[in-house]
Amino acid sequence: MTQILDFKVRSIERLSGAYALLKLSPCAGSLPEGIAPGQFVQVRIEDSPSTYLRRPISVCMADYDAGELWLLVRNAGAGTKRMVEAKEGDVFNIVMPLGHGFSLEKREGSILLVGGGVGVAPLLYLGKALKANGMKPEFALGARSSADLLLLDEFSKYGPVHLTTEDGSLGEKGFIINHSRFSEEISHIACCGPTPMMKAVAKIAKQRGISCEVSLENVMACGLGACLCCVEDTADEGNVCVCKEGPVFNANRLKWEL
Amino acid sequence: MGTLSVDIAGLRLQNPVLTASGTFGYGEEFEDLMDVNSLGGIIVKGTTLHPRQGNPSVRMAETPSGMLNAVGLQNKGVDYFIEHIYPRITQKFSTEIIVNVAGSCVADYEAVCEKLAPLDRIRAVEINISCPNVKQGGMAFGTTCQGAAEVTKAVRKAWPKTLIMKLSPNVTSITDIAKAVEAEGADSVSLINTLMGMAVDVKRRKAVLSTITGGLSGPCVKPVALRMVWQTAKAVSIPVIGLGGISSTEDALEFIMAGATAVQVGTASFVEPRTAEMIAHGLADYCRDNGLSSISEIRGII
Repeated sequence: MTQILDFKVRSIERLSGAYALLKLSPCAGSLPEGIAPGQFVQVRIEDSPSTYLRRPISVCMADYDAGELWLLVRNAGAGTKRMVEAKEGDVFNIVMPLGHGFSLEKREGSILLVGGGVGVAPLLYLGKALKANGMKPEFALGARSSADLLLLDEFSKYGPVHLTTEDGSLGEKGFIINHSRFSEEISHIACCGPTPMMKAVAKIAKQRGISCEVSLENVMACGLGACLCCVEDTADEGNVCVCKEGPVFNANRLKWEL
Repeated sequence: MGTLSVDIAGLRLQNPVLTASGTFGYGEEFEDLMDVNSLGGIIVKGTTLHPRQGNPSVRMAETPSGMLNAVGLQNKGVDYFIEHIYPRITQKFSTEIIVNVAGSCVADYEAVCEKLAPLDRIRAVEINISCPNVKQGGMAFGTTCQGAAEVTKAVRKAWPKTLIMKLSPNVTSITDIAKAVEAEGADSVSLINTLMGMAVDVKRRKAVLSTITGGLSGPCVKPVALRMVWQTAKAVSIPVIGLGGISSTEDALEFIMAGATAVQVGTASFVEPRTAEMIAHGLADYCRDNGLSSISEIRGII
């Protein structure tokens, strides 16, 4: 059930470049039950004259042992800047959890979690959940350079991590879809990152008959399915809200020309 | 009548707080987060004769203290509303449910009103003659006295219950428009709808919205909305419903003092989903703290 809660920043780790990992827990009570991988939250930004709306951020991890929500944030503007520059003890009001997440259905064979840039965020929680459910997640993460490859130690807790960088500073050189792992067996793909990357991955999945989920990032206002600002065109239902029907979609539901 | 009870031409609301069309879905989207039944009423999404897909992305641009939207009246049409949504929400909610009606020609408005007329739980419609995003019809009607009067006259015949005309602020004289719709039998006017605005993405060297221009809403429009409500309340005898940037009890009180009988909360619900409920409680507190036996005691005192 969606709730509106004040969360306190318990720790904030400034990562390379413009990224930060915030770990937050509710000011009162415990972390709400039932947060699913692929869901997101809406964070209220205070004291920011140029921003008004909440910021939608993927759930990077719901750590029920520690009672903490992890948000991996990239400084992309005034709203996310406020989050990246937060201090321990800062309070953020958050509407959560929102959206329809990744499928956790039992599958045989390998599940490849493909991510780019800050898009890797929801794949961490997904990897943990898949492993806990007895499946075999592997991560394929790509970035421009090694500075943009995030949380690698965390990912490696849940499965093998395959890396690419465009400049070759870490892992194989090139785009993630060119990684040698893609030439091997894949039973299902879950993907989150820049749209061109997701389209390239979806195209490969389509060609090889691999089921593929993508996580979209349309510009949002309410995040509740009421305002209809964030819609994406689907083959079966026309325009649907990314915040409600998504952000995770089966790639074949979208009207992407692949 | 309770302290907060208000009457819009026979439509009794338990309190003056409504939620604005297009900002509250059909109420269900908010039911986990707040008590929808604590409101005076909800005004559901603009409903058209035929289903509408709405505009292409991008439909939204944030602005300081507000946002621009170019949603384009996406909805599944009146038949779908009557068959699927109406039975469900009337079962869930006891609060007043008002349907906002949009159209691209006079006949469409009439047809939608005729279809809604038999629904017992819909005691009022709000006619949208002012949506600035629709390329044909909508905008044109609300910007002239003749256009506004023509729609009012036609729906007045088709709709026997409370008729609210929602006015566009993108006009030279809001009071002229208000008087024109009053003369054709409107029971009430609600204002303002969104102000026409635009945003440019300098990096991409393109307009942000797919339709280039869109409707501005949020706290940034409040001074304009308040001024128009004040002017209109002085110009007509029918009840005025005020909206435009209302985010707090204090904002609502400003509109009531300026002459509004009821208020609508719109964009604020995106930032704080409980806003409308908080304002309903806030108005009750205000009356108690100021010894008012009725909210009407401060209506139109400016």
